[in-house]
Amino acid sequence: MSLIRALALVTFVVLGLVGVGACGKRAPHELHLFIWANYIDPEVYQLFEREFGVRVIEENFDSNETLRTKLQAGATGYDVIVPSDYTVEILIRQGLLTKLDLSKIPNSQNISGRFRGLYYDPHNQYALPYLWGTTGLGYNAQKLESPPTSWAEVFELSRLARYKNRVSMLDDPRETIGAALKYLGYSVNSTDPRALQEALRVLLAQKPYLARYDSETYDDFLLTGDLVIAHGWSGEFAKARQENRDIRYVIPQEGGVIWADNLAIPKSSQRVELAHQFIDFLLRPQINAKIVNYVRYPTTNEAARPYILPEIVNDPAIYPPEEMVERLEWIRDVGDALALYEAVWDELKNR
Amino acid sequence: MGRIILGCDVLMTYIFLYLPMGVLLGYSFSASRYALVWGGFSLEPYRRLLADPEVASALVGSVIVASISTALATLLGTSLALALERARVRFQGGLEALVYLPIVIPEIVMAVGVLLFFAQVLRPSLSALGIELGPLPSVIIGHVTFSISYVMVVVRARLRDLDRSLEEAALDLGATPWQVLRRVTLPLLAPAILSGALLAFTLSLDDFYVTYFVTTGGSGFKTLPLYLYALAGRAAIPPQMNAVATLMILASLVLITLAFLIQRRTQRG
Amino acid sequence: MNTRTRTLLWPGLVWLLLFFAVPLGIILVISLGRRTPDGAIVWGFSFDNYLRVFDPLYWIGPWWNSLGLATLTTLFCLVLGYPVAYTIARRSAAVKNLLLFLVIVPFLTNFLVRIYAWFILLRPEGWIASLLRSVGLELALLGSPVGVLIGLIYGYLPFMIFPIYATLERLDFALVEAAYDLGATRWQSFWRIIFPLSRPGVIAGAVLVFVPVLGEFITPKLLGGGKVPMFGVLIEEKFLGRVSDWPLGAAMAVVLMGLVLLVLTWYFRHLTQTRWVG
Repeated sequence: MSLIRALALVTFVVLGLVGVGACGKRAPHELHLFIWANYIDPEVYQLFEREFGVRVIEENFDSNETLRTKLQAGATGYDVIVPSDYTVEILIRQGLLTKLDLSKIPNSQNISGRFRGLYYDPHNQYALPYLWGTTGLGYNAQKLESPPTSWAEVFELSRLARYKNRVSMLDDPRETIGAALKYLGYSVNSTDPRALQEALRVLLAQKPYLARYDSETYDDFLLTGDLVIAHGWSGEFAKARQENRDIRYVIPQEGGVIWADNLAIPKSSQRVELAHQFIDFLLRPQINAKIVNYVRYPTTNEAARPYILPEIVNDPAIYPPEEMVERLEWIRDVGDALALYEAVWDELKNR
Repeated sequence: MGRIILGCDVLMTYIFLYLPMGVLLGYSFSASRYALVWGGFSLEPYRRLLADPEVASALVGSVIVASISTALATLLGTSLALALERARVRFQGGLEALVYLPIVIPEIVMAVGVLLFFAQVLRPSLSALGIELGPLPSVIIGHVTFSISYVMVVVRARLRDLDRSLEEAALDLGATPWQVLRRVTLPLLAPAILSGALLAFTLSLDDFYVTYFVTTGGSGFKTLPLYLYALAGRAAIPPQMNAVATLMILASLVLITLAFLIQRRTQRG
Repeated sequence: MNTRTRTLLWPGLVWLLLFFAVPLGIILVISLGRRTPDGAIVWGFSFDNYLRVFDPLYWIGPWWNSLGLATLTTLFCLVLGYPVAYTIARRSAAVKNLLLFLVIVPFLTNFLVRIYAWFILLRPEGWIASLLRSVGLELALLGSPVGVLIGLIYGYLPFMIFPIYATLERLDFALVEAAYDLGATRWQSFWRIIFPLSRPGVIAGAVLVFVPVLGEFITPKLLGGGKVPMFGVLIEEKFLGRVSDWPLGAAMAVVLMGLVLLVLTWYFRHLTQTRWVG
C-alpha cells in the first residue's frame, strides 16, 4: 500500500514538473546554435531573422570535451554546432554529424584554399571552417628583457628560472606535450615512444617553475601581472592586447599549432534545411567580416577579407605572416599511440 | 576571558567569510573588461549589467530552479531522515548506502550518469508516451537528486537525540501519529530542516555539470553557472559578474537586516 | 508507529532509486567497458579498468593529497565552525536567524565568482603574498596545497556550521548555567554537557565536509592550477580531459565510492556499538 502511495506521489510530482516544463512555447521557426561564448556578433542574429524570419537561440559550451560528451551521450536539440578540428574528426567517426549538402551552401566557395579539405574532413562533407587560430606564447613585453622567440624560453631551465612562478602552460595534454615535442624538434603528432619519454623529462623539469597549468584564466593573470609568459591561444591574447598594449603574442621559431573551429550539423537536428541556410549566411563575405570585426579572430573566409578592419588584418598577432603559418602543425589523431600521451600526462600531473 | 576569545574567534571567522565579498565589492568598480583585473575606478560594470539581459534571465533561472528543487529536496530528505532514524527496515545497510552515495559521488560522475540516463532511458521512454521533458523539470530533477541526502544528514543529526517525551505525551493525549508529526516533531526539527534547506539552496545555485548536461538544446534556458562557465571557457568572466555578486550580497543583507528588526520587535511586544 | 514511519521512506527512496541508482548503474556498466582511441566506448565485461585504478601513480600523489586535504579541511572547519555554531545557538531567536543567514549570504553569489575573489586574494602579486614577502616568506599560495586548502575550508564551512548549529540549538543553556552554579568549571560543563549533545551534529558536519572533499575537483583544479593532484581532479580529467577515458574514470569513481562507503559503514557501526556501551 505504502509503495503504491509513494510511487503515486513521485509520479505526480514528476508529471507536475513535466507540465511546468511543457509550458514552453515552441516557435515553428527557430534555429538552435551551440557555440563558444562571445564567438559571434549578436547583430548577425537580427540580420538573419529579418531576412529569413527565423529566430536563432544561442547556447554556449565551454570546451570541446563538454560538447562532445553531450552529443555522444545523446543530447538533442541542436541544429548548428561549432566544434574544433579534432572534435569534428571524432564526431564524424562516431556518426554524430549530418552530411552537408554543399549545393545549399554556395558561400562555401569563399573559404580559402588553405582551409579547404583539411585532414579531418578531406571533402568538407560534414563541416566547414569558421574561424581559426594558433597556439603559442603570449607575454608581457614590459616585464621581459627581450621577447621570447623560442620554446626554449619556457623549457630551458636557465632561461625559465628568471620567471619562476610567473609562467603557465595549457592544461591540455596534446597542446602542452606538443609544445615540449616541438621544442625537442619532433612533430606534435609524434608516435615515437622515445620522443614522448624525452618530452616527459622536459615537462617534469619545467613543472616546479610553473605557476599553473591553465587553459582558462591565463589571459586574466597576464593582465594582472601575475604571469609574464603564458602558453595559450592567439585569440585570447589579441583580446587581452586591447586591454593592455604591452601584451604580445609570438609563435616560437620551432613552430606551433594551428587549429580551426567549424560549422557542422548534428545528426539529431530536425531543421537541417534551416541549418544549411544559416551556415551559408555566416559564410557570406560581409556577414563573416562583421563577425571577425567583433570577435577579433581570423577567418577562414577569403572573400571576407576586404570587409575586415585593416587594424585586424594587419595585426600579426591575429593574422600571422604566411611563412609563419607554413611552420604550424595541426594536432591530429595518433591512434593507439594516444595511450602514450595519456601515460605522459598522467605522470606529469600526478607525480 | 574565555568569552572574549570565543567572540574574537567567531568574529574572525565571519571576517574570513566576508573577505572575498569585500574583494568583489571593490572590483565591481573596476574599469577593466576582465573580472580579475583592476583597471581603475569606474561604474562600467554596473552600466554593463543594466545593459545585459542575459545575466538577469540567468539569475532568474537559477533562483527558480533553486527554490523549487530546495522545497522538494527538503520534503524528501526530511521524510527519509525520519524513516531511517525511526523505523526498522530490512536492508537498512543497503538503504543507508544508497542514501549516502550522492554525497560520496564526484559531481562529474553523477552528471555523466544522469546525462546518459536522461538521454538514453528517460527521454525516449517519455516521448513514447508523448511527453517531452523540458529543461526546467530536467534540471530540477537533477538538483533534487543530489540535494536530498544533504538535507537528510542534517535533519537526522538533530533527530538522533531528540527528546521523545513530548511526542509520547501528545500520543497519550490522543493525537494521531500524523498530528504528532505535524504539530510536535516537525516544529522540533525546524532549525535542522531550515539548515538543510539552506545548504540545498546553495548547492543548487552553484551547480554546473548536472545542469549543463541535462539541458537539451534550444530552449535558451540558462542558470547563472551555465552563463558563467561558458564564458570562463574561452572568453573571460566579465566585470558585471562582480557587480551582480555585490548587488546580490547587498540585497540579501538588507533583507535579513529588515527581517531581524521585525522579528526583534515582535519578540519584544 | 513503525509502519507509518516506514511510509515516509518510500517517496525519497523511489526518487533516489529512479534518478540516482539507475544513473549509477550506468556508470558501473561503463566501468566494465573499454575506450577506443576516438573516445567512443566499447561495451564489455572486463575488470581491466579496475586493475588500472590501482596503479601506484594514482595513489601516491592524488590519494594522499585528497585524504590529507580532506582531513585538514574537516579539522579547520570544525575548529572555526564549532564556535560559530555555538555562539549562534545561544542567541535570541531574531539574532539567531540573522547570524545564520549572515553565514549563508556569501554563498548566494556564484561559486566561480567567489573563486575569482580568491584568485585576487591569493595571487603571487596580490596583497597576501606581498605581505608574506615583506616578512621574508616567499610562499606560492595559488598552485599549491595551501591555496587549495584555504579555498576548501572557505567553501565547506557552512556544511560544518549548519549541522552543529542544528543540534546545539535545542540545548537549554539554563541547564549549563545551573551546572556553573553547582561548581562545574566552564571546561567541564562544555565537555560533559554541551559537546556530547552536539556530537551527532559534529559527525554530520564531518561527513558533509570530509566525504565530498575527497571527490572535489573544481576547487583544487582552479586554485591548485593543475599542480595539486587529487583523486577528484584525476577522475574529472578522465571524463572531460582532451585525452578522455570514461571507463577508467568510471572505475576510479566506483573505487572511490566503495572505499568511502566501507569507511562510513565501519564508522557508523562502531558508533552504534559505543552508544550501547555508554
